[in-house]
Amino acid sequence: MMAADPVSLPTAPTTAISRTRMLVWLGYAEALAIPLLALLVSALLFSVFLLALGKSPVQFFQLVWLGGFGTAFSWSNTLLRAAPLMLTALAVAIPARLGMTMIGAEGALVLGGFSAAAIALPMIGVVNPWAMNAAMMLAAITIGGLWTGLAGSLRRYRGVNETISTLLLSYIAIAIMNFFVEGALRDPADPNKPSTRNIGAEAMIGKIPGIDVHWGLAFAIGACILLYILMLRTTFGFACAVAGGNPRAALAQGLPVGRLVVIASMIAGACAGLAGFFEVAAVHGKANASLAAGYGFTGILVAFLARHHPLAIIPVAILFGGIAAAGGIIQRRMGLPDASVLLLQGLCFVVLLASETLYGRLRLFNPALRTERT
Amino acid sequence: MSTMRAIGLDVIGMSKRFGALAALDNVSLKVPAGTFHALLGENGAGKSTLVKCIMGFYQPDSGQVLVDGQARAIRNPREAAEAGIGMVYQHFTLVPSLTGAENLVLANPQGSAVIDWRKENAALDAFLARMPFRVPLDRPVAQLSAGEKQKLEILKQLYLDQRFIILDEPTSVLTPAEADEVLGLMRDMTRRGEVTVLMISHKFREVTAFADDLTVLRKGALVGSGRVIETSHETMAAMMIGDTPIRERADRVPRENAPVVLDLAGLFADADDGRPAIEAINLKVHAGEIVGIAGVSGNGQSALVEVLSGQRPMRLGQMFIHGEDFMPNRHDMARFKVFGLPEEPLKNATVPTMSVAENIAFRTFDRPPIARLGWWLSQAPLRAQAEALIARYRVKTAGPQAPIATLSGGNVQRAILARELSGEVDVLVVANPCFGLDFASVAEIRAQIMDQRNRGAAILLVSEDLDEILGLSDRVAVMSGGRITYVEAIEKTDRATIGSHMAGGGH
Repeated sequence: MMAADPVSLPTAPTTAISRTRMLVWLGYAEALAIPLLALLVSALLFSVFLLALGKSPVQFFQLVWLGGFGTAFSWSNTLLRAAPLMLTALAVAIPARLGMTMIGAEGALVLGGFSAAAIALPMIGVVNPWAMNAAMMLAAITIGGLWTGLAGSLRRYRGVNETISTLLLSYIAIAIMNFFVEGALRDPADPNKPSTRNIGAEAMIGKIPGIDVHWGLAFAIGACILLYILMLRTTFGFACAVAGGNPRAALAQGLPVGRLVVIASMIAGACAGLAGFFEVAAVHGKANASLAAGYGFTGILVAFLARHHPLAIIPVAILFGGIAAAGGIIQRRMGLPDASVLLLQGLCFVVLLASETLYGRLRLFNPALRTERT
Repeated sequence: MSTMRAIGLDVIGMSKRFGALAALDNVSLKVPAGTFHALLGENGAGKSTLVKCIMGFYQPDSGQVLVDGQARAIRNPREAAEAGIGMVYQHFTLVPSLTGAENLVLANPQGSAVIDWRKENAALDAFLARMPFRVPLDRPVAQLSAGEKQKLEILKQLYLDQRFIILDEPTSVLTPAEADEVLGLMRDMTRRGEVTVLMISHKFREVTAFADDLTVLRKGALVGSGRVIETSHETMAAMMIGDTPIRERADRVPRENAPVVLDLAGLFADADDGRPAIEAINLKVHAGEIVGIAGVSGNGQSALVEVLSGQRPMRLGQMFIHGEDFMPNRHDMARFKVFGLPEEPLKNATVPTMSVAENIAFRTFDRPPIARLGWWLSQAPLRAQAEALIARYRVKTAGPQAPIATLSGGNVQRAILARELSGEVDVLVVANPCFGLDFASVAEIRAQIMDQRNRGAAILLVSEDLDEILGLSDRVAVMSGGRITYVEAIEKTDRATIGSHMAGGGH
């Protein structure tokens, strides 16, 4: 049909393939270089802050290295924190691939963990620990998924902004847990901190053989790989990418954008709920206020730094797990308050968001800028 | 001509580069006081760059502007205003919630912090008494028609005492009658020596009817200028497009007793604010027929396209294809072979950050061979499909993996044509397919649409360009106020009749 067409255009040069490949690699390099640059800049800014306090930045970063990555003990401490961070980061990254900014992983984690602890209560000492863990995990994933799915549905059916709704739903989730933990489900045997009854040592999730970290890490890495495949290698992920990149175009292609929005937010909530399950079944043994430890919020930073790529989340979560793990030693050795690590995280986030504007503007990674107008 | 208030403007040897691209290359332009000058050229020819340099939005690399023969440096739009040069933009710059009077007073840069409305109103009344335009100034701008808004924009420039007025495609939102009225009034003002007009346009008819002189730009360079009465439309077209080969359109294959393919029965849908956007739309499109939908922008045409393409929910009504119920979802679109060419394809039909290959696969990614086992996306057939279609539709791209946003407008459109028209098409929904494209691309697209018609597709063509509708359609329908107010075979109607229905009048 087109053969008879008289319009003639210059054909693409034969070097086009290698040029495209170079452009693709430059794209990867840009995606790596800009977050690294952002980290470096925030480290420098934080150094200025430390100098103003009269503390040594060199000592600080040495201690971060020592406390996070220097010894086998610090590594297990780091990975222990990295596991929930990976899952909460996925809870941000998956909706982000659909163009949504959902920041409610904290609430889904808390409610998922609480649901796991609550469903375990009648089973403690009665049901086989394997079956009990399975029921707890299922409850955490389901409730977490439904909770964030609620925000997705509000967005789909009522046009409610998902960022606001997930944030506010987080506070409601924490309040729901506190309501039960301080009331009906409080363990009377524990006079100190309002908690649910401990699930018992035999029901606790064990360690991965060979390293001093519970199985949650394996599940978290598994979830990252699984969701990488789902989002980047399947037709579902492709449909999500189209719907996230241009919802109007996706609708015109007949794609069920609204349904994808709800499914993605349910996947997000399920990830955070899974993190809550491991916090209860592998760390605390019960649900209490310690569940709201901020993993959900640090996860936002991890997801953004990883540019919402499920595999990139793994190393970034380990990095921030390490920084968090070093908090204790920094507090002891340098006399800095615990919050200083949070300050570093906050700085990273602000610098990172500012660095987003650099994409497509650096000539090193965008050769087209040298020849064409912007 | 005793009261010549208009000012003349000369542009001498103006050049402006953006990186390696010469947007303007040594362009000179002479607009004597009290004349109506048309600036012609394709998209990207440099018309906007030229007027933006005149208005002080850009600083030219070389060249100068003479106002009434005096060299004048214009470093920003405020200095342009001080020199008496005002511009009316293609898109309205009025505040919709304020009245016309408030908009005019607001625009005054010397306005005081406290507004004495009695004084301002008196000044406005005195001003309006001198003006040939009549626009109700006491109503919010949102309630005005497009023609009234356009007049108000012009009034605003006159109220600010601008005596050299640049009009940027001023009639794109007007009915033919409104366009003729506004341009006629402007021409009368130039004749009386009150203003000078420089109009950017690509409508030859308006240039011939209203302008005194014309200047044509192509690829940033001046290709010709002269008196309008001495220049035929053929000459204008030849100057605008140069020696670019233009695809000939296939002849219309006559067709009789073709079956109804697309049947819209009583469609109702609401706008985003809940008000009705389309009401009781009934329309049948036969196989091998192009039904053109004319109308002034904003009368429900885009809502109708959105309903057909699943972007806007239908409140009431039914759609049938070949007599069967049609819902605009992926399953039915594939089953009934429904495709679409939206306006501004990069914005409306692509994900700009995804690759050309991925964008071409939007229709086929969930079917074999690209989808394996129903869910696994295999890259090799996706790329093979893209390479075949890129070659067949001659999409100029650095490669299938290049982001589609890196392509030029014509090539994005070609990639979309490849995606939407490379298979069998039973129903095609087309909306303003030629916005922002050059001549060769426009001819290509129109030829493709005609090909599809001749092969038996039922085509709904929504366009704000009446010439496009008159040139392509078998039947014309006019939308006004969200309803179809007029349907007629193309050979039984004419521009004036369609225009009066567009204006909401009828006979």
